[in-house]
Amino acid sequence: MNESGALLEILRANLLSPIPLAFALGIVARLLKSEFSLPKDIYAGLGVYLLFALGLKGGVELASAPLGVIVVPALVTLGLGLVRPLTSYGVLRSVGRMGVADSAGIAAHYGSVSAVTFIAALAFTDGVGAPAEGFMPTLLAILEVPGIAVALMIGAVRLGGDRPTGDVLHEVLTGRTLILLGGGLLVGALSDPGAWEQVKPFYDGAIFKGALVLFLLEMGVVAGERLGDLRETGAFLLAFGIVMAILHGALGVVVGTMAGLSPGGATVLASMAASASYIAAPPAVRMTLPEANPTLSLTASLAITFPFNIVAGIPLYYAMATWMAG
Amino acid sequence: MDLHELYVVTIIAEPVLEDHITRDLLAQGATGFTVIEARGKGTRGIRTGDIPGQNVRIETVVSKPVAERILKRVQDKWFASYAVIAWTHPTKVVRGDKYVADDA
Repeated sequence: MNESGALLEILRANLLSPIPLAFALGIVARLLKSEFSLPKDIYAGLGVYLLFALGLKGGVELASAPLGVIVVPALVTLGLGLVRPLTSYGVLRSVGRMGVADSAGIAAHYGSVSAVTFIAALAFTDGVGAPAEGFMPTLLAILEVPGIAVALMIGAVRLGGDRPTGDVLHEVLTGRTLILLGGGLLVGALSDPGAWEQVKPFYDGAIFKGALVLFLLEMGVVAGERLGDLRETGAFLLAFGIVMAILHGALGVVVGTMAGLSPGGATVLASMAASASYIAAPPAVRMTLPEANPTLSLTASLAITFPFNIVAGIPLYYAMATWMAG
Repeated sequence: MDLHELYVVTIIAEPVLEDHITRDLLAQGATGFTVIEARGKGTRGIRTGDIPGQNVRIETVVSKPVAERILKRVQDKWFASYAVIAWTHPTKVVRGDKYVADDA
């Protein structure tokens, strides 16, 4: 089988798995104007569970991983966090001819990361038999904040004025992702292995994967609500949301492989790099850059980049990673 | 029954503003406030509902000078860039002395 044939086969296998299918069902339910949506407390609860489980499992793996193996991938991830908001801002300003506030606002979303895309990439690499390194959740925690900070700084400096940047960064640093993920990493790393074994069945395995599918169903509804906004945001943003994901994903594959990650690990790093935040970044941008139109950034990250990565991006980065490793 | 003439100030705002506005209320002399989630539609249309989370309706009972300070502050600080609506109304309050800070 040639390379494009192999890619098509991976794409097909990914499409016919519960995660993208449940996501698609959520979108369809929304488009049909169904009254269905997951009760919001259950949705929030599932989000807490997924993030905390991710932190715990990553922490347990972190405790047993030699420090030397993690240092280079961690530095590379930090580099991605600093570079991605700059590339995004540059493209938005020069190619998209967008204003400073909107460019910086969108760049903050594309500088941060979507934890669900990350988890979906983990599930994908597990599914194709190329599991990523166990310390990957540590990299997710590293990638969350720097991009938001860089983009907000660009906006604050270029636009001037009195902006609560310090307050906002405090809110991002103490947001639920970092508390649950970073805190979970610590709890997992400090836990006695025997004690972890007792709670492991709840956080690892079938329950985790099942919860993820249910979460994706509701993500479909949330993304579906935004599809109508695509008419307003225009063709440039549609192209931006996809092309930027592929560029950042390819960058993630290259630097991840060079940092010594396995094809599975490079795929997950690439998926992180290709993703855009829709939880931590929106309120931070709204507070710091109120001139930016939130419809643009949220529609791009939630209705364009997120679905693209779930459906086609993750398998594409995997194909790139295996090609580069082989 | 002993009723005091005071002013109720109501502010409906985007969820990101909740902490900032309530901090300001207390700084301007309010002794407390109530926050409830709110839904609706306004001139800023769906933009107000863009950020995940619901708009908030913040209410406080204060003396007239404090009410005026609060409204001025909201107007100066938030009206330009955010979806915010604010008004005040005279009201009669039971146990009204609770709502007037000593220095207000």
